[in-house]
Amino acid sequence: MDRFLEWLKRVDIPTLIIFLFLIALFVLAAFTKVSIPSLLSDSIRRIGMNGVLVLAMVPTIRVGTGPNFGLPVGIIGGLLGALISMQLGLAGFTGFWVAILFAILICLGIGLGYGWLLERVRGQEMMVGTYMGYSVVAFMSIMWLMLPFKNPDMIWAIGGKGLRYTLALDKYFAHILNNFLKFKIGGFEFPTGLLLFFAGACFLVHLFFRTRTGLAIDLVGQNERYAISSGVNPNKARLIAVVLSNVLAGVGIIVYAQSYGFLQLYQAPLFMTFPAVASILIGGASIKRANIRNVIVGTAIFQTLLTIALPVLSQVTRGDITEVMRLIVSNGMILYALTRTPKEAR
Amino acid sequence: MDKLKKVLISYAVPIAFSILCISAVLIARIPPIFLASEIVRRLSRNTFLVLSLIIPIIGGLGLNFGIVLGAMAGQAALFFVVDWKIKGLLGILVACLMASAISIVLGWLAGLTLNRAKGREMITSMILGFFANGIYQLIFLFFIGSLIPFRTKQFLLPEGVGLRNTVDLYGTVASALNNVWMVRIGTVRVFVLPLLIVAALCLFIAFLFKTKLGQDIRAVGQDMHIAEVAGINVNKVRVIAVIMSTVLAGIGQVIYLQDIGTINTYNSHEQIGLFSIAALLVGGATTRKATIWNAILGVLLFHTLFVVAPSAGNKLFGQPQVGEFFREFLAYAVIAFALAMHGWRARKILM
Repeated sequence: MDRFLEWLKRVDIPTLIIFLFLIALFVLAAFTKVSIPSLLSDSIRRIGMNGVLVLAMVPTIRVGTGPNFGLPVGIIGGLLGALISMQLGLAGFTGFWVAILFAILICLGIGLGYGWLLERVRGQEMMVGTYMGYSVVAFMSIMWLMLPFKNPDMIWAIGGKGLRYTLALDKYFAHILNNFLKFKIGGFEFPTGLLLFFAGACFLVHLFFRTRTGLAIDLVGQNERYAISSGVNPNKARLIAVVLSNVLAGVGIIVYAQSYGFLQLYQAPLFMTFPAVASILIGGASIKRANIRNVIVGTAIFQTLLTIALPVLSQVTRGDITEVMRLIVSNGMILYALTRTPKEAR
Repeated sequence: MDKLKKVLISYAVPIAFSILCISAVLIARIPPIFLASEIVRRLSRNTFLVLSLIIPIIGGLGLNFGIVLGAMAGQAALFFVVDWKIKGLLGILVACLMASAISIVLGWLAGLTLNRAKGREMITSMILGFFANGIYQLIFLFFIGSLIPFRTKQFLLPEGVGLRNTVDLYGTVASALNNVWMVRIGTVRVFVLPLLIVAALCLFIAFLFKTKLGQDIRAVGQDMHIAEVAGINVNKVRVIAVIMSTVLAGIGQVIYLQDIGTINTYNSHEQIGLFSIAALLVGGATTRKATIWNAILGVLLFHTLFVVAPSAGNKLFGQPQVGEFFREFLAYAVIAFALAMHGWRARKILM
């Protein structure tokens, strides 16, 4: 009992509220005609779909620059990778892995530049990151219209120039991970490949933070002066963390797109950032502390909440209240994390 | 020579933007009369909102992305004025009073929140704006018509709950300020009253920084610790600065919307934050220094580009869309650049 109270003290109040809300929704769902197995399989699918993007928050938080609000910068790299793979006409697993490969290469390049910029603006990374994200997305919107992609599946049918807003991936690598080793129990679908990929990514990041470089990143985040005196180069550690976060964002958007079945260009990358930041914070991370468990717990709670809220609440209220709820929950969570007094020295 | 270099560096953004504007105007071949009338109108419409950003900057809180809270208050006030069918100048007056009352509460809450997040006020005020947008949607999409009485059925969604995407101000308060005193110079129409109000606000801000309160705000902005030692209640001064900014934004939004004539229920306030901040920065303000002239110059330059960018994009690339994205890119890039400069300088001071 004491241990339970101890545990309760350590859990953030908003996380607790959201968790209780989630349970209330499940109870409500039991009384309505919504099929719970299909809700659960939807939730699981969305956890795998968004997980890698949330994982991208870990390196920058741990190195002490806060959540990566510049997520769209990395996402652009991932989109470019996917577009190149589509332009080459590759389908199935080849298409998927080639897209990932290109995404990693491009994100490494972009990440180096972005990391260099963030190093120049120490202390304002979150704000600069946010607006770098916005600017890059607006800039790339121009580029999507001008870049010489020629595949007729990708460009506007009329005029023959400029990429479409959403590109269907049916002929390329849609659901390639979701369908890998998929099995069904009644109405419940389990996307094995997708979750394996997410678990693999989590494991790799976990391993990375066990290596010398990873430990150096942790040290810089905890105490920069101590890190310097231990012979760690903090600038290099931060650069590596930003690049890693970028690469994860790039890979994350490809995983997201293959599960969604569509590649979304133009404004779409902007809408990925805040849910991802909110997810990891709901999982118990702060803007200075995060681990893999926060990623998994946070994504699970937040995505389940979003999935089950729509069908359940639409039977109680009129109209789509979930969009509003998403805004309030995710931004409220970020606001809470930004304003709470630091008690990091535990 | 060194002096010239210094001037060029500190005015780099306005100079670069002027060049960009002039070339865009030349490329687009916009008729000068049309351009002039657009700019004069936008000057009377937007300057008040841009000016509302100045006080928190001098108070050391950086760019107050929380002015969207004020904008929401202004809109909320207008919805009710329209519903109660209060027309003309009286309607504007009631709207301004209501907007101020709501803004004081919101600004007070925002100020308390920002005091808990010293050193990261800007990101916090931005997220605060998004969060408030959620609450705003909850109120005006789900509560109005059900919990909150609203009589004018034509503005409600078919089920009688929630506001439609656009709320019309024609026939109630649209152009109520503009029409009081209009001067025609050729085909250019000048709305004198809004311009006079802007001038009055400029005087008020200049006067404010001559008073004790204004000096306190300035002292807090320069160094919080020294101000604290000097016996200034830092937290209180910061809250007052945020409240003032929010109230001004609320009134500014009323002025802005009476000119536009329709309220884009769920979008109008969102763009206000972005465009006002971008305009102020284009005028040469930084996150720590801003003057009235930065605001006026900024509105001039930013809105010139705003008017001509689509047609310039069309002439250059044959796609008007390119111009629109370019204009959006500039707004964001200017803010990103200013923030980067802010971080850069803050770091130099630390070292």
